[in-house]
Amino acid sequence: MKVITLGISNAMGLWAAMGLLQAKGWGVLAVLIAGLIGLNVALLSKKAYPLRYLLPGLIFFGLMVVYPIIYNINISFMNYGTGNILSKAQVISQFTNEYYQPEKSERFSYQIFRNKEGDLRVLLISKTSKKAYLSVGKHLEPIDLHAPSLVYEGGKLVRIGDYERMSMIQIIQNLAKIQDLTFKYNDGLVKFSSVTEFQVYKPLYHYDEKRDVLIDLKTKKVYRPIDGTFTSSDGEKLSPGFRAYVGFRNFVDILKNPQISGPFMRVFSWTFIWALLSVLATFALGLSLAILLNDNTLRFRFLYRTLLIIPYVIPGFISILIWRGLLNTNFGVINDVLQKFFSMKIPWFQDPFWAKVALLFVNLWLGFPYMMLVSLGALQSIPPELYEAARIDGAGSWQRFYSITFPLLMISLAPLLIGSFAFNFNNFTVIYLLTGGNPPIPGSQTPAGATDILISYTYKLAFGGAGAQYGYAAAISIIIFFIIGTISAINFRFTRRLEEMSENL
Amino acid sequence: MHNKVRILKRIIQYAVIFTAIAFAFFPVIWIVSASINPGGTLYGQKLIPEKSTLEHYKMLFTDKRYPFMLWLWNSLKVSVIASSITVFLCALASYAFSRFHFRGRRAGLLTLLLIQMFPVMLAFVALYLLLLWIGKYFPFMGLNTHPGLILVYLGGALGFNTWLMKGYFDTIPHDLEEAALIDGATRFQAFVRIILPLARPILTVIFILTFIGDYSEYLLASIILTGSKKYTLAVGLNLFITSDYARHWGTFAAASIVGSLPVLIIFFSLQKQIISGLTGGGVKG
Repeated sequence: MKVITLGISNAMGLWAAMGLLQAKGWGVLAVLIAGLIGLNVALLSKKAYPLRYLLPGLIFFGLMVVYPIIYNINISFMNYGTGNILSKAQVISQFTNEYYQPEKSERFSYQIFRNKEGDLRVLLISKTSKKAYLSVGKHLEPIDLHAPSLVYEGGKLVRIGDYERMSMIQIIQNLAKIQDLTFKYNDGLVKFSSVTEFQVYKPLYHYDEKRDVLIDLKTKKVYRPIDGTFTSSDGEKLSPGFRAYVGFRNFVDILKNPQISGPFMRVFSWTFIWALLSVLATFALGLSLAILLNDNTLRFRFLYRTLLIIPYVIPGFISILIWRGLLNTNFGVINDVLQKFFSMKIPWFQDPFWAKVALLFVNLWLGFPYMMLVSLGALQSIPPELYEAARIDGAGSWQRFYSITFPLLMISLAPLLIGSFAFNFNNFTVIYLLTGGNPPIPGSQTPAGATDILISYTYKLAFGGAGAQYGYAAAISIIIFFIIGTISAINFRFTRRLEEMSENL
Repeated sequence: MHNKVRILKRIIQYAVIFTAIAFAFFPVIWIVSASINPGGTLYGQKLIPEKSTLEHYKMLFTDKRYPFMLWLWNSLKVSVIASSITVFLCALASYAFSRFHFRGRRAGLLTLLLIQMFPVMLAFVALYLLLLWIGKYFPFMGLNTHPGLILVYLGGALGFNTWLMKGYFDTIPHDLEEAALIDGATRFQAFVRIILPLARPILTVIFILTFIGDYSEYLLASIILTGSKKYTLAVGLNLFITSDYARHWGTFAAASIVGSLPVLIIFFSLQKQIISGLTGGGVKG
């Protein structure tokens, strides 16, 4: 059993490792090899017995949690995004494959020949040196025009071996294919340039490895790689750029560059307001209902509880989309009713204020059952003797609530409320599926909407229609990481759960 | 006098509860009504349709452009597989953390806890690029594949659930396994035959909460799945709605109801266990 497991997983691991080796994926390869070594140690060594249980989870945890987080931090320091997608090597090879037509380049008259399979060969005669060349694949070879394979009829060359000469009409019919033909010639290329001739093209750029510069051979300008773009001394930039580390530029831009920081600050403050109001509203409603239901004299209270948790049980994405239909400004049921009774028509998704109201309303619907459930649980854990004692001391029901119930509830519910704040802080699904972050902020350079929260804004930066800004998106998600981390730390302080937990280890 | 106050209180109590129930059921009632309303458009919908039809439900099976049933199947497949593997991996890891004493145990648990504070979903750009890259060499688990999505879901679920399960394992007395070990069982046999059956409540809760979370997940599914045939229901329905909302309201309504059923059924059949799991600290994902 042991041997078989080991054999199979080693074989699979090695196979994957070979793939990664070819792909030069060092990061993942390291994780994989660490995993494989771990597996072998775990199964072969007695001392490492616990590893047999831990390893499967550890591998996934390393690959899908630790690695992405590190990778994300890495990207946040890069200019990765539209315009800077490719690696430096790819960009250099793209530039060094660009050609230009020098003013005094060598010109050729040409004849094109085609065989039955449709393969083409080109016969070129230089207009300056009068030398003749015949194409062989991507190359040109000098040819003797009196060679036996060349067949003449009436003084005109009509055939080379199996290849028949094409007429001008045929050439024009196949122009696209012919324009793609390129042949190496000295340090340049020979290409079709007009219906009457082929011409020599020269490479436009030369990459000097030692100096790490790109030289424009036409203008002799020198371009240095600066922040992922080849830039000349007078500031001219070559497009595309490549992926490169840009230090804290993304973070600085988010905070200081007005085009980016303007919408960011709006999104940032709305995210806090949104999370705070969502928690307050759902908790207020949930707690009120819990108090009403926590009444032994109420008949059918379990039935009511079951009915009230319905919003919690319908998958969120479905109920959010239903609400989107019901709130539709022109056709929705809600505006229909409002129009009939109050002759109002509310622009739910067109006006920033009403879009926010709609979001909070729908999130209240989604979230109150959870708050009701946890409040009910907490209420039931308060010892009834306390109320008895308070009643004997003559405390009224309101006084009992704020001096006994509420403080005791807060002790057990505070961490859950903070957790709910953190959850709503990143509640992408509601925002994205209900309003999509819209309506857009007028005049914003980035795809920010009035109801976007940080995570939906990040999502749009990376995967929205306006290009893929992976670098900025990763940087913002690092900022969210820190905010959430702070919230969790506060949460732990509140509950001293960390201390408790580390005592129990 | 005292009696009057009590009656008034009762009336307010009922009024609030029933208003809340009406609020909770408001969209449900409208969507059920829309799903059997022959008209099928969003505009001019009536709460109680004059005639009823099952046409919209039939559309779910026959619509060629929007393969709802395939999407539903994809969702179920991805979430069942992801949550099964999650439970399996977590059970193994938490058993080790709960029963064995080894170097790095404390550090391992704390690391797990600290890293889990940062929702891995936030690193979605990195996850996307990671899968893009994996897909180049192992196409069956790259972008636009279900194994790729499952892989991503697994990552997000391990830390917190391992903690939850370890807590439960700690409460199971050691004597039972020790007796089994004396009787000649191996450690692994003791784990499988004794601990796992005893831990069934927590295994169920984690399975179901993970299932519901993955089933409803939109963000990661929407960036990883790019082809209509691979969509989960969440991604598919959103696409359907943005393109054909007002006209196909009836079909959407039917799809919503069918799509809610798996979670509704699971939830209400295991309500007690799930609610106890929730109040233990999870927030719906």
